[in-house]
Amino acid sequence: MNKRDFLKDAILFFPAAGVLQALACKAEGKELSASTTTGYDQSQHWYGMGIDVDKCIGCNRCVEACKAENNVPSEPFFFRTWIERYTIKADGEVTVEGISTKTPEQRIAEQNQPIDPSVLRTFFVPKLCNQCAHPPCVQVCPVGATFQTKDGVVLVDETRCIGCRYCIQACPYGARYLNPFTRTADKCTFCYHRITKGMLPACVEVCPTEARIFGDLKAKSDRLVRFQRRNPISVLKPDLNTEPKVRYAKLDGEVR
Amino acid sequence: MKLREQLKRLGVIVGVFLIVVVTRFFLLPETWISAKPHQAAKVVREMAKPAHYAGAATCGNCHEEQYNTKVAGHHRTINCENCHGPAAAHVANKDDKDAVPPKHREREFCLNCHGFVPSRPNGFPQVDGDKHNARKKCVSCHDPHNPEPPETPTDCGGCHGRIARIKAVSTHSQLACTECHQVAPQHMLEPRSALPTKPEKREACARCHDTAATDPAASKARVDFSSHGRAFVCWECHYAHLPEGPK
Repeated sequence: MNKRDFLKDAILFFPAAGVLQALACKAEGKELSASTTTGYDQSQHWYGMGIDVDKCIGCNRCVEACKAENNVPSEPFFFRTWIERYTIKADGEVTVEGISTKTPEQRIAEQNQPIDPSVLRTFFVPKLCNQCAHPPCVQVCPVGATFQTKDGVVLVDETRCIGCRYCIQACPYGARYLNPFTRTADKCTFCYHRITKGMLPACVEVCPTEARIFGDLKAKSDRLVRFQRRNPISVLKPDLNTEPKVRYAKLDGEVR
Repeated sequence: MKLREQLKRLGVIVGVFLIVVVTRFFLLPETWISAKPHQAAKVVREMAKPAHYAGAATCGNCHEEQYNTKVAGHHRTINCENCHGPAAAHVANKDDKDAVPPKHREREFCLNCHGFVPSRPNGFPQVDGDKHNARKKCVSCHDPHNPEPPETPTDCGGCHGRIARIKAVSTHSQLACTECHQVAPQHMLEPRSALPTKPEKREACARCHDTAATDPAASKARVDFSSHGRAFVCWECHYAHLPEGPK
């Protein structure tokens, strides 16, 4: 075979191989998208969560349940949901403290402290991904790994994520972290595998005081819709126009 | 034939354009062009993940008695899996000994929610764990499935409240009063007419505290009664209701 024949064959062979591979990929892609439509219709739902700040007792059970349900690393600095304690003093000083970073023993040891008269008010605020209607994290993802589903949940495709951390920087609520095992961004999914089966997210499931309420904002009669009607509702950082779907009831003005 | 040459070149340009268009819109798979198929695949994978928490109503299918007690009591808003942990594995295979949800008996477990913290909402039932029957397990008075506050004490503590409260935080908290005192039923009706007995001899303590004691419930705090403070009765130095002394 001379050089000229070899080049001719090569010109024919490589595009042909590419076309075959492309067709194979195409068939695979079709199969995946078809199975999504079986049984569950995404476009019929628009999920949200209601949080009654007055009811949270800071027991941290939601955090533990989230970690057990979603294989979140157990180290106390990886969270999909966490609880903050706000302490507002008479002189206007506001202290925010993450109680989920403490061990149960530490939390027990901090109980039964004498009451500090300089404290004006103090309360717990559960936090999680706000599942924004206009998510900044989705805008900044350079590879399209994070996206919003039709039912309003922001997910991260761990097979596409390159771990660049742009989304972690972009999230105004600090709701994302880099999973040390997969080296990809990870965040609350509203327990997508549960809610699509008609179950409640794990944190809502275990909340002892019903401080968390999960529901479908598209439904006409729904616990969350009723919750929104009956309570003064606010969201975190409304000025950013992210339109969070986590709605807080009776939220203190100091909470950021 | 200049025109032909121009047509030829135009043909090449159109041909290349057509190849690009055909490749882009017909040959290349969707996965190479758009993120949508990847995202759809991710949704499928996410939906297929297993749930570890079985859900609020599941436990009642088998544990009907506990479930019905719970939904009628103050703990009705608490899902079984809040205390007993994720139970989907137990529901799937109830014979699997490793998957049996734990029953927590330690005080710290209850105090996680019921210990006093000022940040908790007003009206939430809280206790000071150091003072509220510190050495007793919560479940010895409160049924976690129906945590009604226990009745006002009708036994010894009803009248001898101060002693009962002191004893409740001592190492003797688990001992019944009748372990050392014999109480005639008449004492409950007319207290002065039949007074309870008090231990008279060192042997009453030796039953548990002698190095040679054979009582299965004998104390860990043992002394040799043949040499330890022989000339005295025990309660001249040790107060039996708070043997370790005030903190």
